Amino acid sequence: MADSLVSLDNLTIRFDERLVVDRVNLKVHRGDIVTIIGPNGAGKTTLIKAILGIQKVSSGQVSLKKDLVIGYVPQHLTLESTLPLSVKRFMLLSGKSLAECESALTRTGVSHLLHASVHHLSGGEKQRLLLARALARKPDLLVLDEPAQGVDINGQASLYNLIRQLRDELHCGVIMISHDLHLVMAATDKVICLNQHVCCSGYPEDISHDPAFIETFGRPVAESLAVYHHHHNHSHNLHGDVINGGAPDAPTSHGGHPECDHAHH
Amino acid sequence: MHTIDAILDDFFWRALIGGLGVALVAGPLGCFAVWRRMAYFGDTLAHSALLGIALSFLISIPLNLGVIITCLVLAIALVFLSRLRTLATDTLLGILAHSALAIGLVTLSFMPDVRVDLAGLLFGDLLAMSRNDLIWIYGGAALILFLLALLWRGLLMSTIHEELARVEGVAVERLRLILMLMFSLVIAVAMKIVGVLLITALLIIPAATARRLAHNPEVMVVMAVAFGFIAVTGGLSLSWHLDTPAGPSVVVTAFAVFLLVYGTAGRARA
Repeated sequence: MADSLVSLDNLTIRFDERLVVDRVNLKVHRGDIVTIIGPNGAGKTTLIKAILGIQKVSSGQVSLKKDLVIGYVPQHLTLESTLPLSVKRFMLLSGKSLAECESALTRTGVSHLLHASVHHLSGGEKQRLLLARALARKPDLLVLDEPAQGVDINGQASLYNLIRQLRDELHCGVIMISHDLHLVMAATDKVICLNQHVCCSGYPEDISHDPAFIETFGRPVAESLAVYHHHHNHSHNLHGDVINGGAPDAPTSHGGHPECDHAHH
Repeated sequence: MHTIDAILDDFFWRALIGGLGVALVAGPLGCFAVWRRMAYFGDTLAHSALLGIALSFLISIPLNLGVIITCLVLAIALVFLSRLRTLATDTLLGILAHSALAIGLVTLSFMPDVRVDLAGLLFGDLLAMSRNDLIWIYGGAALILFLLALLWRGLLMSTIHEELARVEGVAVERLRLILMLMFSLVIAVAMKIVGVLLITALLIIPAATARRLAHNPEVMVVMAVAFGFIAVTGGLSLSWHLDTPAGPSVVVTAFAVFLLVYGTAGRARA
């Protein structure tokens, strides 16, 4: 547990001279769900691409645990209409056995689509397929870029629920980007509000009171989140108990403990 | 041996065997051209083949080799130029395709002692198919099929989702380069059959025809090869019986099959 899966050390990324990610520090451990929120153009996607190793880093460091298996769920699966592809074939391209692929599809609730064409899937089904594909790799770390995009409200809630369950089953770390603030606040352990730099981070209940958060998202959003989150705090802690118990000695640079004051940057 | 010799002595059979060899690799590569929207890219490489021929005469190397090298250099130049993002890719391709063709033609005109069958190069020449060409075609085809089989999963994955492929450890950039090498190779060998100006058609039309009927990438590749065979056989027969130019006849046959399949097949299956 003491070893982090991912550790960002003053990660900085520039596009030409424009600063996109500014000195971000972050550690993700097994069992953590870390959600990155922030306005458009805040560098969220760039940040996770750096973690995935597909974005050049200008300065600072990304350290991954040795032999870390990453399951990546990209924002979209936009398939060229000229490329025929069935769900089964797409899953098998992961290099895993059919049995493993089928069990991953079952876990994300889309096993009935095995012989369907990827072109005919709905937005929600596509996301679950991508999640199953990431799952088939038996990842230590799940990285999701707006996993609930194009999914209706009910579907969003169950998708975030599923991600949390998968975290428990695989005991993996999870990093995700999300715009669904309400749902994220209820389903996450730690929130990082990114606006090039980390403007605030910490446990969801803390962050909604954070002046930096209120400044970024506005008071109405912050207040509605605080209320909403309070409501969900209970069920979340039921899950959280197990997790916190396992990681008492893993404080991160920005994260606070629940009993601490707000974490400030 | 005697029958094989007899067959290879006949120019029609040589052309047919060569054409089938080209269709064998045009199928899978055509599918990639269709999937990756590389139709115009292939066209540009093909246009540069003429420049390759001119340069081969200039420095006296085998024509096929000159074509492969020129195509490769152009392909790599295209990758770097398109990264600069100062011009849209289609603009860039338009400039390079026709400039390469024009420079090739101008260079050839500076070498009056070199007699080149320009029409044959541009539109294909059935009669010019030699045993040596057959060796090039089947050597190239063997290499391309070997590379495709070896790298299939990575190539397909990086076509489906480049970033996902990269995260899963696929060397996307290297595969892109290898794919371009294969395109250059197929253009160098297909030139004899359909000519520089029609190579893209031989790549694209059978693949597009197959798309209508296939529900998986591998099935589409096999079907594209089959439609390529039909196009080559039908086209060469047409050329033989009606004395029509070989390359255009092959393309016309491919197009007729395309129309037939799209006209008769019901709803596209995925």
